[in-house]
Amino acid sequence: MTIGGRVWKYGDNVDTDAIIAARYLNTSSEAELAAHAMQDLDPSFAGQVKPGDILVAGKNFGCGSSREHAPLALKACGVACIVAESYARIFYRNAINIGLPILECPEAARATLAGQTLEVELASGRIRNLDTGETYHAVAYPPFMLDLIAAGGLVPYTRAQLQQQAAR
Amino acid sequence: MPDTSHTAAPSADSTTRASVHRAPTLAERILSHAAGREVRAGDLVIVPVDRCMSHDSITPEVIDALQNDLGNAGPADPDLLVVVMDHVAPAATVATANAQARVRRWVAEQRIQRFYDVGCGVCHQVMLEEHLVQPGQIALGTDSHATSYGAIGAFGTGVGTRDMALALASGRTWLRVPETLRVNVRGGFHPGVSPKDLSLFLCGLLGLDGADYMAVEFHGLDWLDLDGRETLASMTTELGAKVGLIPPSGVVLERFAVPDWLLVDDAGAPHYARTLDVDLTALESQVSVPPEVDHVRPARDLGDIKVDQVFIGTCTNGRLTDLHAAAAILARQHLAPGVRMLVIPASHNVLQAAVADGTLATLLAAGATIGTPGCGPCIGRHLGVIGAGEVCLSTANRNFRGRMGDPEGLIYLASPETAAASALTGVITDPATLPNREV
Repeated sequence: MTIGGRVWKYGDNVDTDAIIAARYLNTSSEAELAAHAMQDLDPSFAGQVKPGDILVAGKNFGCGSSREHAPLALKACGVACIVAESYARIFYRNAINIGLPILECPEAARATLAGQTLEVELASGRIRNLDTGETYHAVAYPPFMLDLIAAGGLVPYTRAQLQQQAAR
Repeated sequence: MPDTSHTAAPSADSTTRASVHRAPTLAERILSHAAGREVRAGDLVIVPVDRCMSHDSITPEVIDALQNDLGNAGPADPDLLVVVMDHVAPAATVATANAQARVRRWVAEQRIQRFYDVGCGVCHQVMLEEHLVQPGQIALGTDSHATSYGAIGAFGTGVGTRDMALALASGRTWLRVPETLRVNVRGGFHPGVSPKDLSLFLCGLLGLDGADYMAVEFHGLDWLDLDGRETLASMTTELGAKVGLIPPSGVVLERFAVPDWLLVDDAGAPHYARTLDVDLTALESQVSVPPEVDHVRPARDLGDIKVDQVFIGTCTNGRLTDLHAAAAILARQHLAPGVRMLVIPASHNVLQAAVADGTLATLLAAGATIGTPGCGPCIGRHLGVIGAGEVCLSTANRNFRGRMGDPEGLIYLASPETAAASALTGVITDPATLPNREV
């Protein structure tokens, strides 16, 4: 699976209140979550982000709450992939569980600038900056995680696994 | 798998394999017991879950995931689940009222006995007070501060909606066995200094990701009360920790049934990824400066920062010990002009005890306002959110921008002692600097 998109760039410790503030948690409507994504950090984001865009950030992306609304809000507004120096543990698990690919690559995260275009190849972990020509390598996903992302998340993946087991 | 492993094959690490012969850390001990085999940091395990906790803010989505995605009406075992209404309780809007009504109907239909409605308290406090989690157990919560259960030596950790739904459907979960950061504590607290100061000090020292993916294991706290242990365990989340464990000792041995296998024997020298030594006798009151929890400074170095609202409560610092500490400072005194003070006991039991022993009367006489036991304004959805330009000194756990109301509001974090001292003076104040007081 290859993802190509324009970059939105943020710093270290982007917390779950910045990604989706708790005052918008009265809903699980994806459209409504998307409308408020990143609002307190970057009010221009939700209105201008385009499907396929890539979010690039520093250390400990997604720290704070366990709310799954955080990766859901980003996925719902079209973010195709996140590249960061590192992630907070619950965000990492939640993002994979809902089928939002996120990669850890400090070199790419540090060197990439807002507005540039990245091309991300999930199977190999290869990240290319189409503006600079630079190539970086994130830790590649193991095959089951690629399957999980392709299936759309943990629940459809598990359901498919169970169906396969039942069919045997 | 979905647990946070950044490496393709975490269990294939040869150093990890070799270290199985070492004594386990507390996290490794608990996960080995649950997995039925010896596991060490880096291994992936599928383990039975002893208890699941979900609160009003997330339960509607858990119901959706169970019903729409998994085709289950409810949990496979209704006794596995505890549901607590605490995040927006009582409901503040029509939308939350409708969502909560749906949760109540579902809880009744599914015959979930362990349901704690509005006013019972913060989920984590209810879990521990009601002994809904036990030492050595594995408990998942749809809340990051489920690390609180480490106060009694339980493996408590926060998960999202889908992990919770799958655990309820299957009774199991995936976990990566975490590395452990050990904290050796020496000495005791000075008067006016308390476990929150230790937590904030560690946040300042280690940073918001200082224990990302790790277990934090505290030693040297056999003398510490349960309330203080809960504060420490809960706050390890702010270091990014998966679990914050205090080996059962002292008051925990008296009040909980601790299985023999859990009692830690250090003789085999477990492998710790990092060990820190902290001398409590050198610790002074700490304050976390917005907008990040790890921006920590000694209270006395902050200068005059005027406070509009003081909030004492939450799973971090809303227990009886915390209210006692605040009341001791505010006794026969009154809030500074222009300061409002919210006190929200962490549970109904805490509220009743504070009524019975006169603590609440002291706080009310000082000018405090008392709220319904629950999360209060901590997550910014009701009961005391702040406006643009306002400063709140809070005993909660997070001060991110917009966390507690208007994004232009400022949240400082501190201990109940510092909160009370600041309510008295109107500026952020180290309780040790109050004149003629025995704090």
